[in-house]
Amino acid sequence: MKAATTSETAEREARRNRIRLMQGNEACAEGALAAGCRFFAGYPITPSSEIGEYLALHLPRVGGNFIQMEDEIASMAAIIGASLAGVKSMTATSGPGFSLKQENLGFACIAEIPCVVVNVMRGGPSTGLPTGPSQGDFMQARWGTHGDHPIVVLAPYSVREVFTETIRAFNLSESFRTPVILLMDEVLAHMREKVILPEPAECPAVDRLRPTGPPEAYLPYASDRDVSPLAPFGSGYRFHVTGLYHDETGFPTGSPAKIRQQMERLMGKMERGAGQIQRFELTGAVSGGSDPVDTLVVAYGSTARAAKHAVGEARQSKRSVALFRPVTLWPFPEAAIRQVSGSVRRVVVPEMSLGQLAGEVQKCIPPKAELRRVNRVDGIPIAPEEILDAIVA
Amino acid sequence: MAFQYETYIRPSTFPHIWCPGCGNGIVVKALVRAIDRMGWSKDEVVVVSGIGCSSRTSGYLDFNTLHTTHGRAIAFATGIKMANPALKVIVVTGDGDALAIGGNHLIHAARRNMDLTVILFNNEIYAMTGGQYSPATPEEKMASTAPYGQIEPPFDIVRLAEGAGATFVARSTVFHAVQLENYIFKALNRSGFSLIEAVTNCPTVYGRRNRMPIPASFHAYYKKNSVPLEKAAKMSAEELTGKIVTGIFADVDKIGFIERYSRMSERAQAVRKKRYIKGSSPKGEVGN
Ligand SMILES: Cc1ncc(C[n+]2csc(CCOP(=O)(O)OP(=O)(O)O)c2C)c(N)n1
Ligand code: SF4
Ligand SMILES: [Mg+2]
Repeated sequence: MKAATTSETAEREARRNRIRLMQGNEACAEGALAAGCRFFAGYPITPSSEIGEYLALHLPRVGGNFIQMEDEIASMAAIIGASLAGVKSMTATSGPGFSLKQENLGFACIAEIPCVVVNVMRGGPSTGLPTGPSQGDFMQARWGTHGDHPIVVLAPYSVREVFTETIRAFNLSESFRTPVILLMDEVLAHMREKVILPEPAECPAVDRLRPTGPPEAYLPYASDRDVSPLAPFGSGYRFHVTGLYHDETGFPTGSPAKIRQQMERLMGKMERGAGQIQRFELTGAVSGGSDPVDTLVVAYGSTARAAKHAVGEARQSKRSVALFRPVTLWPFPEAAIRQVSGSVRRVVVPEMSLGQLAGEVQKCIPPKAELRRVNRVDGIPIAPEEILDAIVA
Repeated sequence: MAFQYETYIRPSTFPHIWCPGCGNGIVVKALVRAIDRMGWSKDEVVVVSGIGCSSRTSGYLDFNTLHTTHGRAIAFATGIKMANPALKVIVVTGDGDALAIGGNHLIHAARRNMDLTVILFNNEIYAMTGGQYSPATPEEKMASTAPYGQIEPPFDIVRLAEGAGATFVARSTVFHAVQLENYIFKALNRSGFSLIEAVTNCPTVYGRRNRMPIPASFHAYYKKNSVPLEKAAKMSAEELTGKIVTGIFADVDKIGFIERYSRMSERAQAVRKKRYIKGSSPKGEVGN
């Protein structure tokens, strides 16, 4: 037997380090570090606190910044500030804190400042059920801040996917110059799973474009492209950032034509980028294939784990069922759902909220298809049997 | 040679939105002269503001500028300063912006001794929204939401900042433009949290309701009623009613947050290095 070479040993060692028993919140913090996040500001709140705790320990070690702010409003403000100084930044919270962040989140949307906001959903409204899971912020994640605005919302369903989707959240925020919301729920946040983390090369970090031309010609909000380069403060490109409607230069404008142009670009960049942003998983038969789908289940987050189980069981008893699991919740994968639900008879939508996802799904399915809702808002995760009942009954 | 304000303003943003006779321009000029004396390049200066008439300052100045949300400028500035400590971060805010909606951020930045200089334009009113009372409106003054006169006592801004932990705190008025500039200059030289209360006039929505419709009447008032801190120390509370005490209220040498953070970070990195040397696997650090 040949002795292992040093590089083989190192490789094995590296692989061993990628096999971990991890909690969802820890995977989120690790994903952030892997994506190049070097600034975190937050305010403690169950069930998201471990993310901040983990980063308080690890960020200083890698030369990054951690700060516990006086509230969630300040945390949101601080991460926007840090991002403007050129550092990838994140905050993490849950329901009540997510509500507090909304005004500054809107600022990041209109000023087009990349940043990542983690919302570990718990029962609401108000203080609700701090230690129970929920998916009740589905609509708030899309429309929580006032006014028309672009937003990206991602919802992983396993600890490993929390890691990879956190990286993707940073990458999308950098590519599209927009805040990205990572929606988790309490189950996912506190669940521990064995994960084999991907090789760094499998999920490379993406950095925002920086201007290279002469500073006098720099347009932070150019109208001839969806996403303009963003100069970090202090890099020689002095420009103005405001939450007021602004023109290509970044200065406030009251001109209806310029406002329209900027708002169309702002909303359009999400529409045109949807293909790159949207990710979903389809398990089971596909519509139009040799085995046309009779029933489609649509579920995300930890509920999709139960749904997957239910769909598996139904298929074993020869039911024609498929699971559509959106990973990108917003922009909502309308076209994809429309396509897979073309000839279905029934659509089952389990969610830990009272029909927020179902309402959106309803818009995309054939009018004659029967929509069945499976809802729970009592802090108890939806069990596979409840979903199976809706599939077979 | 006369001071070249043009070096620091953005002509394309003019005319500005301020009313004729507004005191804000005097504060901005004092700020610009103080920055000039620091010898800083425009690229290393960041001006962050909230929302209000005074907070429009950021757009007019040729630095890296950020016009944020109402009350939150200090929190945005905190992120900028931590992310790039080499930047000189100045916050421009109003009395409503800094003391009401943003009061929490103000006291916490002072407590942390965050390395920022705050220029608080105190016109004793919510000017931009039409003259509602603010946490700095003196008792009995008239405001659109105090049609029978203000019944709440105001904050003593400098005492508030000092009590919360600021290292340099001073108050001056737009009548004392040179003194104001000097105080700002001193504040910019300090590490840690510094705050300058610039008492300024709003003839339009405040003066009009309080028998001071002419800008000059404010200046005359500031001239007559300002009392240097040293002199005020010898006066009774009664004698001091209606007076504006000017001077430096706090000037202490205390290491700022940024220095503290960097020392902590060095310790954290030393621990990490030691672990590597011992040969244990670098778990938990996949993020490098
Ligand atoms: C969240 C929020 N609440 C209220 C307002 C409305 N608003 C704009 S400016 C302002 C008051 C500003 O007063 P101050 O900070 O003293 O500035 P000044 O205009 O007097 O310079 C208010 C209440 C707002 N923009 N945002
Ligand atoms: S309303 Fe008052 S504070 Fe605002 S610009 Fe006019 S004078 Fe100045
Ligand atoms: Mg005011």
